[in-house]
Amino acid sequence: MQVPILKQGPHLIATVQSALTDADLVQLRDAIVEQVGRTRARGVIIDVTALDVVDSFATATMRDIAQMIRLRGARTVIVGIQPEVAFAMVQMGLTLEGVTTTLDLEEALEHLGERQNGKVAR
Amino acid sequence: MTDLQTVPTDNKTTIDTTGTLTRELVAHLRENRTGLREEWLRRIFETELLTAMTREEVFAEATSVYDSYVEALETRTLEALQAYAQNLSERIIPRGVETHEVVGIVLLLRDVLARSLFAKYHANFKLLNAVLDAYEPAANSIAITVAVGFVQQRERIIREQQEAIRELSTPVLQVRERLLILPIIGVIDPQRARQLTEQLLRGIRATRAKVVVIDITGVAAMDASVANHLVQTVEAARLLGAMVIVTGLSPEIAQTLVNIGVDLGKMNTVGDLQGGIEEAERLLGYKVVLSAEPVSA
Repeated sequence: MQVPILKQGPHLIATVQSALTDADLVQLRDAIVEQVGRTRARGVIIDVTALDVVDSFATATMRDIAQMIRLRGARTVIVGIQPEVAFAMVQMGLTLEGVTTTLDLEEALEHLGERQNGKVAR
Repeated sequence: MTDLQTVPTDNKTTIDTTGTLTRELVAHLRENRTGLREEWLRRIFETELLTAMTREEVFAEATSVYDSYVEALETRTLEALQAYAQNLSERIIPRGVETHEVVGIVLLLRDVLARSLFAKYHANFKLLNAVLDAYEPAANSIAITVAVGFVQQRERIIREQQEAIRELSTPVLQVRERLLILPIIGVIDPQRARQLTEQLLRGIRATRAKVVVIDITGVAAMDASVANHLVQTVEAARLLGAMVIVTGLSPEIAQTLVNIGVDLGKMNTVGDLQGGIEEAERLLGYKVVLSAEPVSA
């Protein structure tokens, strides 16, 4: 299942709508990294609200995406990790070190906006 | 276990044929009530049991125990004794009476009564044996009943207290818009750590919190596993987009953590709860100013 990537102002928004296979994740990674350059986006938001399982490959891929995006000159925010998912992830030792996470899309947009203005908090 | 006959013992159960013997036995115990009770009390004080209670209290309880004991022998039912044992346990457990003391006094009573039977029937060995056949199974099951009743009561109290602690101990409080505090008091075990984390994550989602202050002033001791739980909680909260500030690490805990080499580098720590809240306000962009002179009391 492909993940749609929408452009919203200076940001790209990828909304994961159902469980992803490893191949889907790789495809998502390649598509995002490619589109960041093409659309001159400054921020990438990956919405995982719909996911109720996040495994080690997904975690590693999200970390990779964040690092690649940074190398491409933009920022990544992961949004909408469910409480149960967060709990399961830390139990399994899966951390998204160095990746910004926020509660929802609104927060993510606010966060990216602040970054642009060089502000840390609202 | 309410029927004496169902309790297995090493003795031959001759319950049905010993109706007369039981009556005789009970009559003997009633007749010598004062003397036997005195002897029993003397042995209780001698062995220094029930030191948490005064002599008068022990005397009063001993009288009721003695009567219930004889009654249980007579009626061959344990319900009344069970109820009494439970009631007694409820009263004496809070005063620090231990299991060995309760079992000890019941066994003492058993011995005192058995001795009196020896003394009475020593001339007739056959009759003594028959009386003991009637007495011993009953006496043993009474001892078991009282001991089990006491232990059950104790376990029930422990369970209730654990539950009370668990319910009391994990409030997630909102102090400002998007700012939560989580004061942790007492011992953190894996189960509680899990519950704490779940509650915090739910709280973060419900209140859309951005900053959480976890205050551990009330945590007495911390070891590697507890520290690990704390790190996990912080990490889980971060995945939901909330920043965690940990406050109230005591000097002892700080030393322990450094000694056992827990990596708290990712953790944001501030000295006390007030400092933590101030730091959180700063991060959220709040500015608290005095708008007027404080109201004098």
